[in-house]
Amino acid sequence: MTGILDHSILQQLWWLIASVVGSLFLFLTFVQGGQTLIFTLASSEEEKSLIINAMGRKWELTFTTLVLFGGALFAAFPLFYATSFGGAYWVWMLILFTFILQAVSYEYRKKPDNILGARTYEIFMAINGSVGLILIGAAVGTFFTGSRFSLNLYNSVTWATPYHGLEAALNPFNLAFGLFLMFLARILGAMYIVSHVDHKHLVKQARKATWINLLWALPFLLTVLISLATMDGFAVNPATGVVFMESGKYLNNLLGMPAVLVLLVGGLGSVIYGVAATGFLGKNSGIWFGGIGTVLVGLAIFSLAGYHNTAFYPSSTDLQSSLTIYNASSSKYTLTVMSCVALAVPFVLAYIAYVWKLMDAKQLTLTELTGEDAKDMY
Amino acid sequence: MGDPILTTVDWARAQFALTAMYHWIFVPLTLGLSFLVAFFESIYVKTGNEEWKKLTRFWMTLFGINFAIGIATGIILEFEFGTNWSNYSWMVGDIFGAPLAIEGIFAFFIEATFFAVMFFGWQKVSKRFHLFSTWMVAVGSNLSAVWILVANGWMQFPTGMAFNPDKARFEMQNFWDVAFSPVAVHKFTHTTSSAFVLASLFVMGVSALFLLQERHQKMAKRSMVVAAVFGFVASLFVGLTGDEAAFNVAHHQPMKLAAMEGLYVGQVKAPIVAMGIINSSKKPGDDLPAFYQETKIPGLLSLLANRDPNSFVPGINDLVFGNAERNIVGAEQRMITGKAALAELAHYKYAKETGNETEAASALALFDQYKGDLGYGYLTSPAEAAPPVATTFYSFHIMVVLGTLFPLIFLLVLYFAVKGTLEYQRWLNLTCFFSIFLGYVASQAGWVVAEVGRQPWAIQGLLPVGVATTNIAASNVQTTFFIFLTLFSALLLAEIRIMIKQIKIGPEA
Repeated sequence: MTGILDHSILQQLWWLIASVVGSLFLFLTFVQGGQTLIFTLASSEEEKSLIINAMGRKWELTFTTLVLFGGALFAAFPLFYATSFGGAYWVWMLILFTFILQAVSYEYRKKPDNILGARTYEIFMAINGSVGLILIGAAVGTFFTGSRFSLNLYNSVTWATPYHGLEAALNPFNLAFGLFLMFLARILGAMYIVSHVDHKHLVKQARKATWINLLWALPFLLTVLISLATMDGFAVNPATGVVFMESGKYLNNLLGMPAVLVLLVGGLGSVIYGVAATGFLGKNSGIWFGGIGTVLVGLAIFSLAGYHNTAFYPSSTDLQSSLTIYNASSSKYTLTVMSCVALAVPFVLAYIAYVWKLMDAKQLTLTELTGEDAKDMY
Repeated sequence: MGDPILTTVDWARAQFALTAMYHWIFVPLTLGLSFLVAFFESIYVKTGNEEWKKLTRFWMTLFGINFAIGIATGIILEFEFGTNWSNYSWMVGDIFGAPLAIEGIFAFFIEATFFAVMFFGWQKVSKRFHLFSTWMVAVGSNLSAVWILVANGWMQFPTGMAFNPDKARFEMQNFWDVAFSPVAVHKFTHTTSSAFVLASLFVMGVSALFLLQERHQKMAKRSMVVAAVFGFVASLFVGLTGDEAAFNVAHHQPMKLAAMEGLYVGQVKAPIVAMGIINSSKKPGDDLPAFYQETKIPGLLSLLANRDPNSFVPGINDLVFGNAERNIVGAEQRMITGKAALAELAHYKYAKETGNETEAASALALFDQYKGDLGYGYLTSPAEAAPPVATTFYSFHIMVVLGTLFPLIFLLVLYFAVKGTLEYQRWLNLTCFFSIFLGYVASQAGWVVAEVGRQPWAIQGLLPVGVATTNIAASNVQTTFFIFLTLFSALLLAEIRIMIKQIKIGPEA
């Protein structure tokens, strides 16, 4: 199984596939966003239950997509997996802790004798939706700001900081990126509630929440965009593989890859239209514009980091240890095998879409929460 | 403990063992109960009897409670490969990553998608589509076990790969060799069938409790019959695959087999120790007795290992120090070759770095000669090649004894169910109830044999755990270990409380 595609094509393809999975995960963080809305949007226990049950139908999909994102990175770019997860230890561990809390919270929250009480599990969900996303943003932010590591001849990693990733969470750019992701998730969560819940008061509040959270997101979005346009970046000489600092690298990437510019502008425009449609035009379909827009923005961000002769996981202490999609990837054979497997993805997406359609044919109502299936509800 | 690197390894091993053992509390029940729920629902759809629907939903509720925490502990395991075993992740990522990605694409999404229908779709989809979804959750759950066990099988028996000295990692050469290696196949079949046994014991145990309490008797008896049939068939399969697994261990991990039986000096007509107390002071090469007391069955280990009761089975001493008469190269000799391999690899890397291609080619040729023993080059003494014998021995024997007991319990339940006197057999119902815990003990013991028995290797013969770990201060891992311990213990406690409450409420709720 040698494959017909060149190794460098496969490396680019797998960066794209990982980017698609990562971007879909960002869309699906509407679940996390919804979890943070239970304390700000719901004015009664019933409304809280509606939000949690609406999100509860999809939390596993988000969780699974995160696992797949990790798996895809491990499979396609194992040196990134080894370098980042082992080095930025605390950031990843804290992210994982918040996802452990989330995984049990839906199932245990309403069950009798759950020891911690419903409110504790709701707080767990809010922690996952806020701290979890801010830290994921911080981790992705290091694609642009770099990390303090070096690799030896055997590709064994040493980190030059005892904080192991915590320092990344305090970097203003990374923090702004994380906060933007959190507010974006809240926007998407509110849109999802509008689309999937049948409850007049809650939906009214959710419509309002879309544009309020957009206003909150804006300063962080602007910080990220202005920083990206002005910051020096980690460029790679394609002939020698030597990494060097390039002034305005990410702006150069954007201008050098017009398709990415279109993705970014189109994606942001789509999210903003989604907010306008939901918040001001009374439409229920905003989640689709918001979701598609988020995927496009995600693709643009990952493309800026990985393509156009750029080191996607740069080292700020030893430039030549920086990771590119070429030096961090799996072998041609493995990428070819995985590409064959990836041909099944459209089938997977098709059955997910079919099942979603069946399950979401009717909006969630209070009657459903108290009906025959009440004991299965979250 | 004075060596900081060893300390990090110790904590990383403790953390991984903790996470894996917690994960394995929940996963076998998910694997087996998902099929049992599918059987129950199939009977409901076939008969249209609402009592079977009520029964299905009761077990489904317990399934859901267990499923959630299984997922929570599972995500940690995937990411711990990176956080705690950074060097390992790089060295095997090219092989290990593909099975994980396949697992994500083919199995996890089936589970995640149809799980929602299973729990919330009763009023939203047709009866038949709901049943289909329940079956898909069962299939998806078990498929998700395939690829992680393929990866584990590869670590026990690395095949279909080659070492790339330029990248300093192992690279996949043949996907089918990795996916269908005999060790991987038997690991999957043995593990999943043992999970079916555990879930059957769980259903029988809870049902037996109902019979003891004289509650929900009809539902309890129905559940017990289905679980006993499933459990009995699965038990036979566990025995069959266990025998095959032992045969594979004998040929690919002879040190593990020797530790499983506390066999220090190899012999023909090697016996199995039916019962024994290990001498924990014994070390490879010394003259101390291996056991304080033991009862042996002659020839049985030879039969298990080679399908021939008169054959020779090597002992720990043979594998550590070598046995020229039997043509066995010991760890002592392999360490010399392994160190030569490491030296030539360093030589090769240096020559490449300095642009000396001739020297690089000659170093590479020598490396290729020695690379089969690469991992032994990292060991500091030959005795390091032996795993903790007492832990491996006792775990193996506990697993085997309990694994032999379970089919008898299933048969007894079926016998009294046919006679129609199940509810009157108090002793049997008590046995069934306590067998829930015995099932978990056997299941955990099985993994202890598999993982402790292959120490010190992360990858058999090629990468010891000490080299596989992340270069991070021990205090970091120590801290996360205690956070995990506290968090998982709290969640386990919550799960048990919720489970007990749901059992108290019963199917009538």
